[in-house]
Amino acid sequence: MTEKKIDNELIRHIALLARIEMTDEQADALGRQFTDIVAYVDKLSELDTDGIEPMAHALDVCNVLADDVPGESLSSEQALANAPARDGDFFKVPKVIGDSQ
Amino acid sequence: MGDMQDNMLPVIGLEIHVELATETKIFCRCANRFGDPPNTHTCPVCIGMPGAMPVMNQKAVEYSMKVGLALNCTVPNFTKWDRKSYYYPDLPKNYQISQYDLPLAIAGHLDIPLAGNKVKRIDITRAHLEEDAGKNVHDFPAHTGVDLNRAGIPLLEIVTEPDLRNVEEVMSFARSMHRLVRWLGVSHANMEMGQMRFEPNISLWVGDPEKVFDESAGYFTPIFEVKNLNSFRSLERTCQWVIDYHQAQIAEKGKAWSLADVGKQNWGFRDNLNACEFQRGKEEAHDYRYFPEPDLAPVVVDDAWRQKIRNELDEVGELPIARQRRYLTEWKLTEKEADALTQDIATSDLCDHSVEAGADPKRVVNLLLGRGAAIANERGCVIGKIGISDVQLPDLAKMLTKGEVNATAADKIFDIVVDSDALPAKIAESEGLLAVSDAGKITEWVDEAIAKNPQAVEDVHAGGKKQKKAFGFLTGQVMQLSRGAATPAEVQKLLQEKLGR
Repeated sequence: MTEKKIDNELIRHIALLARIEMTDEQADALGRQFTDIVAYVDKLSELDTDGIEPMAHALDVCNVLADDVPGESLSSEQALANAPARDGDFFKVPKVIGDSQ
Repeated sequence: MGDMQDNMLPVIGLEIHVELATETKIFCRCANRFGDPPNTHTCPVCIGMPGAMPVMNQKAVEYSMKVGLALNCTVPNFTKWDRKSYYYPDLPKNYQISQYDLPLAIAGHLDIPLAGNKVKRIDITRAHLEEDAGKNVHDFPAHTGVDLNRAGIPLLEIVTEPDLRNVEEVMSFARSMHRLVRWLGVSHANMEMGQMRFEPNISLWVGDPEKVFDESAGYFTPIFEVKNLNSFRSLERTCQWVIDYHQAQIAEKGKAWSLADVGKQNWGFRDNLNACEFQRGKEEAHDYRYFPEPDLAPVVVDDAWRQKIRNELDEVGELPIARQRRYLTEWKLTEKEADALTQDIATSDLCDHSVEAGADPKRVVNLLLGRGAAIANERGCVIGKIGISDVQLPDLAKMLTKGEVNATAADKIFDIVVDSDALPAKIAESEGLLAVSDAGKITEWVDEAIAKNPQAVEDVHAGGKKQKKAFGFLTGQVMQLSRGAATPAEVQKLLQEKLGR
């Protein structure tokens, strides 16, 4: 069994990826909790998993497919109803450059 | 540096994003439509509401399989989807459902045409099916607007091996892919609508060009990845710009400008500057934290399903690159002609069916790329859809071959035939466009032209520099009187006799 220490730097990195702000105290506490969680999950590495296919899905189902037939959509009013801000029929967000893709 | 300059070889791989032309989005049944008012095709799934569950669109899977098989890929028995996490306003769930380690198609190839009748095989690494993001609209001065109509449109990403070695190969591959997906009917691939986007990965191999990837024989410059190129022009300019930039960097920095030292970088093409600009380096590289998508079941492809898609592919018939080659080798067309005729399946089919009906290939091609191309241009459609059928076209081509109509009359008939169901032979007859080589009839027109144009007749008799022009004028008058139906050679012969030359 491996001992994994979740240090402050890693916590800060994960927080940044999740866009979460936190105090040093919170980071310390989370670091201890994460270390415990990873140690707990790490028990699985005691098992011999050679030759076992990784599991792709929790349920033993496949080919859940829909026909390509249009159904109902929301109106733009409904779609924008929960938006923190809007401009006309657009969601309004801080200025960004380009597209993500 | 001289030797080094000689030993710089571009090594380019291409990722191509293709929006699939399904009726609905990939995970919900909102319409897959471009150009409608913002946020009119959304629902809890594509808007990223917590708890909304995606269901895979079967058509999107099958279109992807079809492309995979057309690219000679293996379509594995088992494929699944994964979450790719990142934050951006056009990605409402804060993750994109994509495919990581088990894509829908792997290890294929495409043979691309190159100048001089050459062909090069480009290996395909994989093709995977994912969802498109929404659209950020930058028309506002102080903020950005987000339209989620595009969010969730099925997107097929095709990835090549780094097999491309110059701009010509990149462009041929890009054009071949564009043609292929439209041919298969799986995408409109309209680039102005963003339905096909390119992402080149460009590096230069500095060293022995025969031993690319052999670390003892050279090294790579940093890999530049340029995203979101949505025109052939921007793809071409980007590749050329990056190659030039790397050469300048090597000249300045030497071996310090290497992949090992600098890593991979993201650059963006700025159309207005006609240049690329730095976006981010390896330090700021995204950490996507892929993991299996728990909300989607994997897809298992059995032999029967694979065969069904293969049969559909067989029904499409010969693919564009193969046709292009056949036109070059069997019909002896020029590269330009072969290229123009294989832009789309309708035009190529019209051409093939006309030749199968017994028409001479060269005649068919000249008609299509002459009057046909002009009409297509006027009407804003492809040549194959201007309205002449695969019965009418060979009929007209055969009349030309037999000399039953001349070229001028054929163009006139062509113009009428595109809006008519009648056979060209009937039109030629009713419009009086059948070629007249009957000397008696032509003599009447010749006499009339001579009688009406004494000045031209005088000029011909006078000789000198006016003679040729006057003779041409009289020939034209006779042709006009015949409404284009007279055989020009016969007209000239009779005119010469009458004018005593």
